[in-house]
Amino acid sequence: MSKYVITQDQLKCIGCLACVVHCKVENNISPGARFCDILPVGPKEVNGVPRIFFVYMNCFHCEDAFCIKACPTGAMTRREKDGIVYVRQELCIGCKSCMKACPWGIPQWDEGTGKVFKCHLCMHRIDRGEKPACVEGCTTSCLTFTVPEEATRKVREKYATRIASELKSTIW
Amino acid sequence: MGERREVYSLCCMCTGRCPILVEVEDGIVKHIWGNPHVFGAKSLCPRGAAGVAFEYDNERPQYPMIRDGERGSGKWRRVSWDEALDFIADKLKKIIAEDGAKAIALSDRGGPHTELHKLFLAAIGSPNYFTHDASCSNSVHNAHMSIAGHARNTVGYDYRNCKYMVVFGRNLLESLITGEARNVIEMINSGGKLVYIDVRWNYTASKAYKFFMINPGTDYALALALINVIVNNNLYDVDFVNKYVVGMEYLRSFVQPYTPEWAEKETGIPAEEIRKIAYEAAEAKPSVIFHPGWMTAWTENDFYFRRAIYTLNALMGSYEAKGGIFIAKGAGDCGYKIKTPTSIAPKVTEERCDGAGTKYPWIRKNWGMLQVLPEVVLTGNPYPVRAYIAMRHDPLVAMPDFDTWVKAFDKLDLVVAIDVNWSLTAWYADVILPESTYLERTDHVIVRKGLRPQLALRQKAVEPRFDSRSRFQIFKALAERLGKGEHFPWKDEVELVNWQLEGTGWTIEDFQKKGVIDLTDKPIWYDRNNLKFNTPTGKIEVYSEFLEKAGVPSFAPYERPASPPEGMLRLVTGKIALHTQGRTTSNNPILNELCPENHLYLHPDTAKKFGVKEGDTVVVSANGTEERIKVKVSPYVHPEIAFMLHGFGDIVPLRTRSFGKGALDTRLMKGKLKVTVGGNCPLFETFVSLKKA
Repeated sequence: MSKYVITQDQLKCIGCLACVVHCKVENNISPGARFCDILPVGPKEVNGVPRIFFVYMNCFHCEDAFCIKACPTGAMTRREKDGIVYVRQELCIGCKSCMKACPWGIPQWDEGTGKVFKCHLCMHRIDRGEKPACVEGCTTSCLTFTVPEEATRKVREKYATRIASELKSTIW
Repeated sequence: MGERREVYSLCCMCTGRCPILVEVEDGIVKHIWGNPHVFGAKSLCPRGAAGVAFEYDNERPQYPMIRDGERGSGKWRRVSWDEALDFIADKLKKIIAEDGAKAIALSDRGGPHTELHKLFLAAIGSPNYFTHDASCSNSVHNAHMSIAGHARNTVGYDYRNCKYMVVFGRNLLESLITGEARNVIEMINSGGKLVYIDVRWNYTASKAYKFFMINPGTDYALALALINVIVNNNLYDVDFVNKYVVGMEYLRSFVQPYTPEWAEKETGIPAEEIRKIAYEAAEAKPSVIFHPGWMTAWTENDFYFRRAIYTLNALMGSYEAKGGIFIAKGAGDCGYKIKTPTSIAPKVTEERCDGAGTKYPWIRKNWGMLQVLPEVVLTGNPYPVRAYIAMRHDPLVAMPDFDTWVKAFDKLDLVVAIDVNWSLTAWYADVILPESTYLERTDHVIVRKGLRPQLALRQKAVEPRFDSRSRFQIFKALAERLGKGEHFPWKDEVELVNWQLEGTGWTIEDFQKKGVIDLTDKPIWYDRNNLKFNTPTGKIEVYSEFLEKAGVPSFAPYERPASPPEGMLRLVTGKIALHTQGRTTSNNPILNELCPENHLYLHPDTAKKFGVKEGDTVVVSANGTEERIKVKVSPYVHPEIAFMLHGFGDIVPLRTRSFGKGALDTRLMKGKLKVTVGGNCPLFETFVSLKKA
């Protein structure tokens, strides 16, 4: 796993696809391909209101990545310093093995080059100290670019705030 | 890597005009973000982000053209700017000599960036300025003017502090502008309750605390029943109402028949739920918003529905209350004076051709009634109108009755389209003047009115890619050719901007720091004890002497809307985050990829009745006009309606991505160029037939 994680606040996401568009612009992605995506699931009635669930998907940047194992040429690469999994274009032969190997359908086909390309967490931006484009441009700021310990901390804080606000009386 | 710059500006992918930060590398736009000094993040909606794809798309007019064949034949002759402008000026001079400047009309999409078009018309002496609002906000604008002396957009909504908001069909989270969507989400996630009412479920409904699918066209009944409960149970803000509301007795007696039980039969919403909304809103008052809507060209009686909504806000005392509706503050409230180009315009004395402000005294000439123009052109009544300039406006797509428009165009001596897109109107025009895109031009300073007013400026980020000109250059050049150059005394946009800022101590350079200039460091609220409304009484006129004198009742009795005849459905349209007014975004390389066509949404029972299923192509028709579209079936669409997104069904072949995909809603809206009491076209009173293709 890369040392980073992107979290999504489901309550804030409005399924507008700004993340997809910002990503496509930033990475000049050819038509048809998407690095990150929002998959609307539903609507399904919850408490009398039909709710839709917007599932944000991008690459998990696995520690022991199926795509890397499947790649015959070493094009699919794990960046040493932070674990970002990316394609070295000069080594990719377009065999699509990685696309078949990834259980989440992450590697994408670039019609223009006849090679695979995929989410690299906008590493050019990360190297400048910036966030991935999907996170940066998100309309409602429902996406957060963070590290796992920070992400879990945030969840705990949110939970703590909630139980404190729901407290009916003090017990001490 | 070459030279990198960041340019602050204002988006123009839709009329939301969000503040943006444009990343430029070696003179090429690399990315467009939201302005973090305004939004607190670089957030920008998908349309705004796709501005890069728009800029580098070649499928837009690239040089001035004069028609060289039949209207709509797509035959054009490339001409120089001088030839195009001379051609227009010669025609206009002849028309002015024969019929006066009033024979020239212009329409645009409204908003603060219309100063130069208005100045041009005033300079030549024509009163016939129109916004697009006949098919958008006319009824909500005119209703609010009549009741509180405000336009729709001279007030704002304090979403972040709102505790309870009732929204009627304003799809805030899909038909969105970045800042507003952020604020609404913030409101919901900090415990504010959103009650959403619509004839179909959508993403806004998905985030609501309650969602009610209302019977089409019955929203006025719901609003009246809410007033009934609030008035009869004394749930209103007594202090506010006593101080500011005129006509409470009239209102009380008017709403008596409209009980929740009665409204249940009309709207399909249980009486108990209607009562609950009234009580819950009252509990949260004054931090309550009954949202008046934006695109409100719905029905014949829309004006009264909007007046009822504003009445609900007045009853809640939500005007100028935290979490309610605030009066948008401008430069003057902060002690600054920003000069506007129209402030030096000569006064136009001629009467308008559409009767706004005269024949219809309660309908304001600020927006006019564009739906009247084709008839004026065709009949020459009250006087001949012979030339029409469509300024970044596409009436052939935006307005109903395409055929009538084309007939009117055929009678006009001159149709000019100034646009950055191949609009359908451009396709039917005599002359196309390509405007430099919003990334290629500087416009005049605007005031972003609100609780914290700011100055904002659209600034040129890159050089024009094609042989285009800015709107400043275009209107200045036209005015000069018509001998009215003295009304455009500025050399260029920079001089204009600095003239606007004279006396403030700021210059155009000051927009470089963060794109906006703050006029205040804290929000400005007026004293709730001393509010003044711009009505004859200075109060909120639930009963309006002015309307009554004009022969218009303050409230009209509710009439049940017509149900679609057997075998027909009511056509309702809307928008999503990816697409705005049809021709601006539908052919955008990225936005078109993500949503290339619209679909017809039908309830499962309706689909069954018409014998169609998901994925079928159907022919939708109205009075002989047919559109083809694919069906989607959803239980969350009212069984009496057929819903589609607005603005597809492109017939301009040069737009290869959107050409021929989906259906154009407005073509089906036959006979809707009507003058209603709100000045709006009743677009959602269109009934269509349906059959499998």
